[in-house]
Amino acid sequence: MAITRRQFCRAGFAAAACAGLGSAAHLAAQPAERVVRVTAKKFEFLPHELTLKRGVPVVLELVTADVLMGFNAPDFGVRADLLPGKVAQARIVPQQVGTFEFLCDIFCGQGHEEMSGKIIVVA
Amino acid sequence: MNEINRRDFLKLTGVGGAVFMSGLSGCTAVGTKAAEQDFYFVQLSDTHWGFEGAPNPDARGTLQKAVVAVNSLVAQPDFIMFTGDLTHTTDDPKERRKRLAEFSRIVKELKNPNVHFMPGEHDASLDWGEAWKESFGQTHYTFDHKGVHFIAIDNVSDPAARIGDTQLAWLKDDLGKQDKDARIVVFTHRPLFDLYPQWDWATRDGAKAMELLMPYRNVTVFYGHIHQEHHHMIGHIAHHSAKSLIFPLPAAGSTPKRTPIAWDPAQPYKGLGFRRVDAKPPAQYAITELPVNKA
Repeated sequence: MAITRRQFCRAGFAAAACAGLGSAAHLAAQPAERVVRVTAKKFEFLPHELTLKRGVPVVLELVTADVLMGFNAPDFGVRADLLPGKVAQARIVPQQVGTFEFLCDIFCGQGHEEMSGKIIVVA
Repeated sequence: MNEINRRDFLKLTGVGGAVFMSGLSGCTAVGTKAAEQDFYFVQLSDTHWGFEGAPNPDARGTLQKAVVAVNSLVAQPDFIMFTGDLTHTTDDPKERRKRLAEFSRIVKELKNPNVHFMPGEHDASLDWGEAWKESFGQTHYTFDHKGVHFIAIDNVSDPAARIGDTQLAWLKDDLGKQDKDARIVVFTHRPLFDLYPQWDWATRDGAKAMELLMPYRNVTVFYGHIHQEHHHMIGHIAHHSAKSLIFPLPAAGSTPKRTPIAWDPAQPYKGLGFRRVDAKPPAQYAITELPVNKA
């Protein structure tokens, strides 16, 4: 890994995760921000690769299509519980070009350990 | 991290070699009384009974070979500890119980009946440890042996990898009965620190357990989960992970994905093994990594 989580935090990565608190009103207040929906299902994330632009804020809408899942992108300080029927949101502002992993961090079944994806940040 | 001690660790680390580690620098004197309390135990981990796949063509025979290897130790250990992932996970509760039962039958062949078990997430995370408890009892517990207080902490029954407030309160209560100089060994499955959260090598509330342990001067942690030997200091507390008995995993972040290291037909069982831990007062642990099969 090219950069540690601590370095990320020092670099000022703004991140917040709020499970189940997403609302249309909240999104409407920030129309300029790109919204990307990520769906977790046994045993994959769709999409499993997210390409983001450095410096451009993104709101992730995180949902599960079946059981309780977790979304964790440690390099961005973002994690959320994905409860069935709820939408979790996480806002990130990527500032470092590179490829970073995210994963399901709630053991959800026999394919759980394959359940990961990548955030690719481009200039 | 205590960089001096870590450097010492790295200097001393070697496959098949003895690594002498102390949780308290400068304490090397071993008197007659202390020598009476010397003993050793064996740690086995991540046997993943039920796994099938190319990373271990002998998945149905590796555990048995480890049992033979432990039984062939010239002097038997005082006890044997399995630090989790006894079985490979399955969504089928019946199959889970079948694997746990098969595992139990195999390890009953150990000469030494003094065996302790704890679960890994593969055993326990899909049913909060229900099936595991049917076979092995409590998932967190303590025992004392020759002056050392052993604490098994369950950081896997919660699928979110939390120890949880109830168990943390239990830990606090147990530690409250110990002298600050007590010899304490902690067993866990997952690391109690953020070794590499990108690969789920962490415990969500591990820092809370470390906060409770930190006032105690002679604490050492042994764990599994990451399928390789790893040594790490947090303050004065050493953390030692064990090899697996099914397949090795790459070093944290060294490959794009956490995929098992491929089986090498020229060197079968490479990267697999178990360890002997020689305990000497006050808190020194000589670790000797041992292979699954005799060379």
